[in-house]
Amino acid sequence: MNYLADVRTLARKDLLLELRARDTLPAMLLFVVAVFVVFHFTLPAHSSDLAASGLLWVAILFTALLGLGRAFVPEREQRTLDGLVLAPCDRSAIWLAKSLATLTFLVAAEVVALPVFALFFHGVDGSTVAGIALADLGICAVGTFLGAMAVATRARDLLLPLLFLPLAIPIVVGGVGASTASSPGRYLGLLALYDALFTLLCWASFEYVVAE
Amino acid sequence: MIAARAQFASVRRLPRISLPALAASSLVLVTLALALIFFVVPNDANQGFSQRIFYFHVSIAITAYACFAGGAWKALRHLWKHDPRADLESYVAVHQGVIFGVLVLVTGSIWAKISWGHWWLWSEDQLVLFLVLFLFYAAYFMLRFSVDPGPQQANFSAVYALFGVVLIPVSFAAIRLAKGLIHPVVFTRHGPNFGGWILATYCVAQVAMLVFAYTLYRVELTGKRIDARLRELRLA
Repeated sequence: MNYLADVRTLARKDLLLELRARDTLPAMLLFVVAVFVVFHFTLPAHSSDLAASGLLWVAILFTALLGLGRAFVPEREQRTLDGLVLAPCDRSAIWLAKSLATLTFLVAAEVVALPVFALFFHGVDGSTVAGIALADLGICAVGTFLGAMAVATRARDLLLPLLFLPLAIPIVVGGVGASTASSPGRYLGLLALYDALFTLLCWASFEYVVAE
Repeated sequence: MIAARAQFASVRRLPRISLPALAASSLVLVTLALALIFFVVPNDANQGFSQRIFYFHVSIAITAYACFAGGAWKALRHLWKHDPRADLESYVAVHQGVIFGVLVLVTGSIWAKISWGHWWLWSEDQLVLFLVLFLFYAAYFMLRFSVDPGPQQANFSAVYALFGVVLIPVSFAAIRLAKGLIHPVVFTRHGPNFGGWILATYCVAQVAMLVFAYTLYRVELTGKRIDARLRELRLA
């Protein structure tokens, strides 16, 4: 239970920081709405609902990238990571807490984004919401992990999308399938499989990312 | 855990084959494979002479997978056993994998052009998968070279290489699913008539390609080690 307490404390720190500084969530919200407006003008006048469903996933992915890019910035600027690594807790707790914090931001952004999408384009059904929920887990688990690596490199913000997008292709396939296919079960299964495999891998190997 | 480690340590390293012997055997095998492909195997009933690219395309693809798997294995050895040589070995294996991966894209696109008249087909599982893998491993190099050489570079590379072997099956499943979504499966190639000379030639080509890749791997590894040693000496 000690582990969970560590995770809770660390996640609470990130949420509190966001609550006071408010520099990630408003940016994500504004970005996702702006992306929808841009999409409205990129889609030809009489394009199908299917095209809009595909673009919803692009919007989610890029909004998530915006949040993930910010995730480890406070750690870098304040040199918090050194302290966290020295703290007597399991290193994977740092990753888990940060993933939970980014997941909270992403879900909060989507709670606003989905009604806006429904208003601008078309309604979202249950399987789309289920797909988004499953995809969020994978996006945050893998994205936070890669964000921790990217922030330690020279290229920093430049590197995260390059590392993340090839890994996000199965998520996009599963997500678009869940929101457009007539039988979304298999796609949701793919998303669940992705979440399980990559969460396990991230959890097991995060130690090597922060340890010298 | 400790018992498993002891058992692991008791497995002896395979005796190393000398590089000239390896180079000679890959030369012989590649020549044999080329001779079989161009002079022995009969023409394909449907696709004629051009179908012979199959022997290159498929054997190169399997070789690329073997390189990626080898890279991930060395990465695991680096993380788990702290084998000091594993980092460079993992990098060189991934490097070879990317080179063979690009060859898969090139041969696949030539074959697609000859068979179906298009340079690129999203319905081709292997091609799309290799495109994803190419993007993924190109990012591997970006990651590796934006970290200063040292333990952190080795750890980041190793972890990312391990992500690769998990990504391959998941992407493959995803691409299979996506194809059903975009349009139904049209081409089912290589039916049951896969035997005799075709099988034999394919096997020879496959072995030749693997041995050739291993030779290249050893050559690059030797070069990189000499390079590193030279730099050490210069600094000393």
